[in-house]
Amino acid sequence: AMEGGPSARIREGDCAVLKRDEVFKAVSVLRRRKIIFEKQWFYLDNAIGHIYGTTFEVTSGGNLQPKQEVEETTTETKEAGTDNRNIVDDGKSQKLTHDDIKALKDKGIKGQEIVQQLIENSTTFRDKTEFAQDKYIKKKKKKYEAVITIVKPSTRILSTMYYAREPGKINHLRYDTLAQMLTLGNIHAGNKMIVMETCAGLVLGAVMERMGGYGSIIQMYPGGGPVRAATSCFGFPKPFFDNLHEFPLSEVQSLLSGTFSTETLPADPEENALVEEESNGLSEEKQSSLQEAEEEPATEASMEISPTEEQDTMDINAEDVEFKENKEKENKENVREKQIKQWERRKKLKETAALLREKNADGLIVASKFHPTPLLLSLLEFVAPSRPFVVYCQYKEPLLECYTKLRERGGVINLKLTETWLRNYQVLPDRSHPKLTMSGGGGYLLSGITVVLEKGKSDSSNSEALKMEEPSSKRCKLQDLPC
Amino acid sequence: MSFVEYGDTIKDGDTAIVFLGHESMFPVKVQHGSVTQTKYGVIRHSTDLIGKKYGSKVTCSKGGWVFILHPTPELWTMNLPHRTQILYSTDISIITMMLELKPGSIVCESGTGSGSLSHALIRTVAPTGHLYTVEFHQQRAEKAREEFREHGVEHLVTVTNQDVCKNGFGVSNIADAVFLDIPSPWEAIGHAKSALKAEGGRICSFSPCIEQVQRTCLAMEESGFTEINTLEILLRVYNVRTVSLQIPDLGKAAEDNSSTGFDSSSPSHQGSSCANLQQGTVQFKSGVPLREVVGHTGYLTFATKS
Repeated sequence: AMEGGPSARIREGDCAVLKRDEVFKAVSVLRRRKIIFEKQWFYLDNAIGHIYGTTFEVTSGGNLQPKQEVEETTTETKEAGTDNRNIVDDGKSQKLTHDDIKALKDKGIKGQEIVQQLIENSTTFRDKTEFAQDKYIKKKKKKYEAVITIVKPSTRILSTMYYAREPGKINHLRYDTLAQMLTLGNIHAGNKMIVMETCAGLVLGAVMERMGGYGSIIQMYPGGGPVRAATSCFGFPKPFFDNLHEFPLSEVQSLLSGTFSTETLPADPEENALVEEESNGLSEEKQSSLQEAEEEPATEASMEISPTEEQDTMDINAEDVEFKENKEKENKENVREKQIKQWERRKKLKETAALLREKNADGLIVASKFHPTPLLLSLLEFVAPSRPFVVYCQYKEPLLECYTKLRERGGVINLKLTETWLRNYQVLPDRSHPKLTMSGGGGYLLSGITVVLEKGKSDSSNSEALKMEEPSSKRCKLQDLPC
Repeated sequence: MSFVEYGDTIKDGDTAIVFLGHESMFPVKVQHGSVTQTKYGVIRHSTDLIGKKYGSKVTCSKGGWVFILHPTPELWTMNLPHRTQILYSTDISIITMMLELKPGSIVCESGTGSGSLSHALIRTVAPTGHLYTVEFHQQRAEKAREEFREHGVEHLVTVTNQDVCKNGFGVSNIADAVFLDIPSPWEAIGHAKSALKAEGGRICSFSPCIEQVQRTCLAMEESGFTEINTLEILLRVYNVRTVSLQIPDLGKAAEDNSSTGFDSSSPSHQGSSCANLQQGTVQFKSGVPLREVVGHTGYLTFATKS
């Protein structure tokens, strides 16, 4: 629980984010666990106990050491050229070879010193303009002075990280689009929110952060269970999860039509899997970590978050009868435990269904890979009147359809289809300009406000729809029908 | 009701939003005995508003109707009385996220202006955070205090009437974030730094001109701020329209009756557009951009106190 007060310290078990320039990576802080980040290998052990935001260097042994603040050598008027008309790029201006540099690194020479050596051994350095020299030094520093900052996760950090590293996992939801959703949705402490997302739990985490543990959230999920991989990165204190509920999309229709009942639920796929796993002698923890592994394959580029240490698989010695008897007793106990867990799960489901049936949610957030229209048309039923809703879609066209269907349905006003355009800038004296690369698109949002829905009055919803549209005189004349 | 907590029914003393139709709404102070004129007729607060559910449709005296909405900082931003140029929700959204604001955060802001951003900040840091906002114009500072009182959020905000460049925010070493929207933000960087907590605080400066941004970035660097980053964000709105385009008459080929590919009566013609068989037009749904859009509000510069 790291709110206000004294600065937070890095603790074992935390989910921390490694940062180097603009590159982020989320990792679990565990002792003697080798981490790869930006072509460097190291252990996090020495970071434990330091304040978040501390910058470290990687020593030759693969350990972290806080970076000493170094006084920048006063820049006496350096020798510099005026332009590059006489500088020929023949690849021969650097006198140090790959091997020379490697030798320096092996000797343990600090990055700063290597950069200095490179400058001194460059035949063209003093002919470059001051700006070019600046750029050269920055580039070499970036390569040889590898510093890593350990930062505390937040929506800002995680949404930027996911968009850069694994946009596919979050349906290419760019971080500024997420920012719009949180504000347009008036997400704040005390709300009763409905969230439907397939963004690895990032959107859920962002909503939870803005609610600060107050209020409640019902997460709708497709398939077997909600994915909350990104949510665990935020490092929320346990009480935040007390009012986080979940409900399967597959039961939404039955809930809306009044036929939902926990007795008539199909056999929980998770329960069946568990019963099967039992006979294989695998423990429950291993099973759930397998599930997560299925949903989020661990590749080199993906997050290094392993929820548990590797479980020792039990060696079954077929000749050990006593062992077998104990195992059977254990199995019986486990089966009973599973039954209790199933009962608890169904009880929770019943409670969540009751929360939904109240039809008084303070808002709805949808950000998924599914077509938004059926989700909105059904989930809006659970939202109170005069409350905002926001739908994200990677593509514009499904939202056009969604808009049309919502107009037909009625009960919504202030519908807006928007996109945000984002540009980053380099700001340096005499060298300020937008950055060279830009995101081509960050997705689209459809937002609106609910109002009291008058069912069975198609006339009124038609006149309502007319009132909500722009007056026709504003429409471009060219597109009107000719006759 | 309150700007930081939803209520279900309209009460005496509430600020409610009257919604008349596309892009047409205004705020109203609900009061027993009061009457509000609209183009659809009169709304009598005692009978038409008080006790009704937010989101209800209210029929006015001339027969037309409106919707009564619960206030939110976003609706307030679109409807508040301007005393100065204001920040709109697009900028407010990215500011909120990049400053890492959440319930319990302590934020400092200058200038308060018309209170557009202030309301949004208060909503985000409630119920346990606080906004310290500084405004050097005495009447604007007083008007802001009045509005916060009317909107039930005065316990979450402190308005100080002074010049932030000379006297700072009035607090030291406690803020999680500082926001500057003033003509010379570089003059307030030092004060911002001292208002911020020891480590990890975030700062944002909003300036319309790039020259201001350059001076501010330099000041931030000299004061030891890190992660200095400047960006701009613009909203693109699309109007959803059904568009009809005429099919041109290209005449007939040779003598036979077969026609060119895009024959509207051809049964094989498929696709997302649905042909209008009678009139030779094709209809489709489109998200049409507006003719004139906002091209620039200001540059946002963020940094971290290390």
